[in-house]
Amino acid sequence: MASVVDQAPPRASLIYDPRVRGFFFQGVLVLLIGWMAYEAVTNAVENLRAARIASGFGFLGQPAGFDINQTFIEYSAAASTYGDALVVGLLNTLLVAAIGIVLATIIGFAAGIARLSKNWILAKVASAYVEIIRNLPLLLQLLFWYNAVLSTLPSARDAIELAPGFYLSVRGLSLPAAVFDGRAILILIAFGVGIVVSLLVRRWAKARQAATGEQFPIGLTMLGLVVGLPVLAWLLLTLSGGTPVTFDVPQQGRFNLTGGSQLFPEFVALVLGLAIYTGAFIAEVVRAGILAVSRGQTEAASSLGLKPGQTMRFVIIPQAMRVIVPPLTSQYLNLTKNSSLAVAIGYPDLVQVFMGTVLNQTGQAVEVVAITMAVYLIISLVTSFFMNMYNRRIALVER
Amino acid sequence: MKKALTTIAFGLAAGVAFTGVAAAQETLQQIRDRGQLICGSNTGLSGFGVPDAQGNWTGFDVEYCRALAVAIFDDPNAVSFIPLSAKDRFTALQAGEVDVLFRNSTSTMSRDTSLGLDFPAINYYDGQGFMVNASLGVTSALELDGASVCVQQGTTTELNLADFFRRNNMDYEPVTFAQSVEAVEAYLSGRCDAFTTDASGLASERLRAPTPGDHVILPEIISKEPLGPVVRHGDNNWADIVRWLHYAMLEAEEYGVTSANAQELRDTSEAPGIRRLLGVEGNFGEMIGLDNNWSFNVISKIGNYGEVFDRNIGEGSPVGLSRGLNALYTDGGLQYGHPIR
Amino acid sequence: MTVMTPQRSFVRTASEEALPPPRTVAGPLAWVKENLFSGPINTAVTVLMAWFLFWIVPPILDYLFFSAVWTGQDGSACREDTTGREVGACWAFVIDRVNYFLYGSYPADLRWRPNLFFLVLAIGIVWMLWLDAPRRGLGAIYFFVVVPILSYWLLAGFPAIGLSNVPTGVWGGILVTIVVSAVGIVISLPVGVLLALGRRSHLPIVRLVCVIVIEFTRGVPLITVLFMANTMLPLFLAEGITVDRLVRPLIGVAFFASAYMAEVVRGGLQAIPKGQYEGAMSLGLSYPKMMYFIVLPQALRIVIPGIVNTFIGLFKDTTLVSIVGIFDLIRTVESARIDPLWSAPSVNYSGYAFAAIFYFFCCWGMSWYSQSVERRLAASEKR
Repeated sequence: MASVVDQAPPRASLIYDPRVRGFFFQGVLVLLIGWMAYEAVTNAVENLRAARIASGFGFLGQPAGFDINQTFIEYSAAASTYGDALVVGLLNTLLVAAIGIVLATIIGFAAGIARLSKNWILAKVASAYVEIIRNLPLLLQLLFWYNAVLSTLPSARDAIELAPGFYLSVRGLSLPAAVFDGRAILILIAFGVGIVVSLLVRRWAKARQAATGEQFPIGLTMLGLVVGLPVLAWLLLTLSGGTPVTFDVPQQGRFNLTGGSQLFPEFVALVLGLAIYTGAFIAEVVRAGILAVSRGQTEAASSLGLKPGQTMRFVIIPQAMRVIVPPLTSQYLNLTKNSSLAVAIGYPDLVQVFMGTVLNQTGQAVEVVAITMAVYLIISLVTSFFMNMYNRRIALVER
Repeated sequence: MKKALTTIAFGLAAGVAFTGVAAAQETLQQIRDRGQLICGSNTGLSGFGVPDAQGNWTGFDVEYCRALAVAIFDDPNAVSFIPLSAKDRFTALQAGEVDVLFRNSTSTMSRDTSLGLDFPAINYYDGQGFMVNASLGVTSALELDGASVCVQQGTTTELNLADFFRRNNMDYEPVTFAQSVEAVEAYLSGRCDAFTTDASGLASERLRAPTPGDHVILPEIISKEPLGPVVRHGDNNWADIVRWLHYAMLEAEEYGVTSANAQELRDTSEAPGIRRLLGVEGNFGEMIGLDNNWSFNVISKIGNYGEVFDRNIGEGSPVGLSRGLNALYTDGGLQYGHPIR
Repeated sequence: MTVMTPQRSFVRTASEEALPPPRTVAGPLAWVKENLFSGPINTAVTVLMAWFLFWIVPPILDYLFFSAVWTGQDGSACREDTTGREVGACWAFVIDRVNYFLYGSYPADLRWRPNLFFLVLAIGIVWMLWLDAPRRGLGAIYFFVVVPILSYWLLAGFPAIGLSNVPTGVWGGILVTIVVSAVGIVISLPVGVLLALGRRSHLPIVRLVCVIVIEFTRGVPLITVLFMANTMLPLFLAEGITVDRLVRPLIGVAFFASAYMAEVVRGGLQAIPKGQYEGAMSLGLSYPKMMYFIVLPQALRIVIPGIVNTFIGLFKDTTLVSIVGIFDLIRTVESARIDPLWSAPSVNYSGYAFAAIFYFFCCWGMSWYSQSVERRLAASEKR
């Protein structure tokens, strides 16, 4: 700001020269930060030496010696290292974040649109949801879901059988797991082909509609291709030599339901809590976005003969998205960061595993905290990057 | 702007006021200057250290803190309790927030040597065990193959658990929580088949169950857990006070000195051991910087080791632990008071 | 467009018969028809929602009020096996422990001090928030300077004037929740303003430092910042210097809130037209004077709702200090509900319900205030 006046300074004292002042203040700042960093580092080195705590990242290669219940990679107390524990925690965090984001988006859009509904009672219920959930701390909600709701489910022995092979109990949801044999890769290939072909069809249909105005039932075609091709592949394989996919159904064991795959209650509580909490914020974002689209757009769409649903889909939402995407991005990031509250209900996410157990076992606070923060920063940056890309794509293209 | 700067300056000033220089002074002198002892205690373990509705603390470890306060100030109430979780306890002690930890901490080599801590005495010999619901019909920890086990994070317990299952080639599903309370709650709600911690902790946590009788403690003890007070490394006089407090309470039990007869024995007893213990002969209090009546005060106001044990965690109390390893050596236990002479 | 079909021309010669006037849409019945049953889908939604409300609301009311237990000495008053009836919320437990929820283990005979602190703080808050209050400049000094010092003396102690020292370890409950939030706001507002100004500064190093601090803090979860404050702060200080265990998370929370506040304030700064800066500079005002007299008063005024919203977030986030072992309201509830004396199934929910009601009314009050300010600002814009 001050540099605006630096055109022609009449002979004034140097201390009034904004550039000199700028250099001076920045110099002071650099010195101050340098001094603080120096003090912190020397003290930390001294303190670590006094307490005889090791430093460096060598501990990542040491055997962990503790177990984790939900793991996506091969992990065992005997054979795995602290580094493996880090990866396990990170994958668990990403899983919760991904599922939470999808659910929160669905809940948020539904509630945001419902709040603007002409149906009085629906609008009020949506408002009540948003107001109550937004004004309660997430931690309290997680504790509520975990300690008050999920802990009242029946024990594993009296598990509720929702459908054959699906059991719900205080230990979570047990469900059949699909077991694939070697030929199952063909199904995956069919799935990939289905996606590629349907994308091509969509491109062609769009081009045709732009040229001739004729519509093509694109949604159904795509669904048919993406679902139909793998099913066809499965059928052919089954006919040619037995089913390539078998199901491992949970069985009642001595203590737990064994076999199948399991959704732990900690996971369910966390996903549920995060989705409902973030959904309320997304609902507000969506509502603001829709309200930002001027009424004239709705009226113009109606006068063109579009039905209310079509108006919403083709006119309002695409325009509202431009307003919605930036705050929606920050809600997604919030959800990812809030997943660290897993530590309160015992879900083995990055913070619980790495900043909890590993930090306590190794005592290497500096390294553990630095790694954890760096991981979250990277997740934030990557998410922002992709959302910014999407935002640019949908941005208003002006001539 | 100026206002903002002033505010920051004041904020910093207030922050500085909260920071203190700890290790410069001897712990005992600090406590005297402050007028009270600050004791790091459990966040709530029935029988060992738990606050009631009015914030009054009771329990085995708590009475040790009170005994320490009596030894210094002759006042069992000159102490305040800071509840600390397993994760925070050593940081709090190292940082000088508390003078001593009395919260069943296991003495291990790495803690003693590399965390800047000292374990002056062992006031409870313990080991890790399992608790299961009686309805499961389990009678041995070796039958726990495939079970879910609730455990507290940040303790030796978590590692012992992994070791135990690995050693016996068994599978299990660990469910870990940052706080002991959460692990117990999860166990009681049926989330886990078993809960594991020190055996004394099991007996105490069992009281939280609506019907404690529904839960059995399995006979296997899978580790050694010598529990005791912890002080900062480097202040030997303070460590001496804590150590000899424990021995004095053990000696009192061995000689049959109780809170009821301490005054009488002090006046009448001819036994040299009792006379030294009660401060009639010698100046043992002065040797550790205290009043010569220190142990008499402790025994008459708090009691000997057996009294404190029985009152809080003994077989007559709700926790109902037997003396076991913690019987006096004369009864076949490990508690062996060193001679005061 | 391209295809022209031959059209027979039609010219109306007589006027069409007039349609009847639309039915009046007044009265409650018409309103119900219009808003609840205007079509088949609408009707279905209404029925579904009505069923949902009927399913969820009466049990909640029943739990909270009608079958709640209001008096009792221990858990047996709230257990079904002893009372022989369906038991709702166990308010007797909350009433029994209300002092613990309010003050933690703060010595009973000194509880007038936290009470006085609440009063001192309340005066400050009302003075700051009431936009038409007299002498608001004085109010700001009171809030940002007098309140912190007075509160410190009151709560922690000031032996010279007869207030004995109370270690922070015994503070707890709502007292700690309020202290953490109050310190958060008192520190984060000025620091946030400084960071926001720094981020918009023309000095490259200042801008870089501020951008790094803000973006770094906003990119990580609060819980990691709290862990850092708790475990790493003692390491960075010289041997023998200790920071109180309540102050460590306070530093973390204040630091975290400052970064978010900075972004809110930056939004306000960006909304100030360039002419304001230029006008100030043409008057020869120095940078601090320009900011203090011209820019900040306008910028801060338009971001009051944003500041209050950040503060609501901060208030809710204070619950996280319970994870690092500070006895805030959540932690006191968690530790009280496990007392064997009060072991009853409904005690758990009652504790949470109490905390939920407290947080809801505090946050809802703040958001109501922020909306009313927003309306007021909008009204002044409309002029």
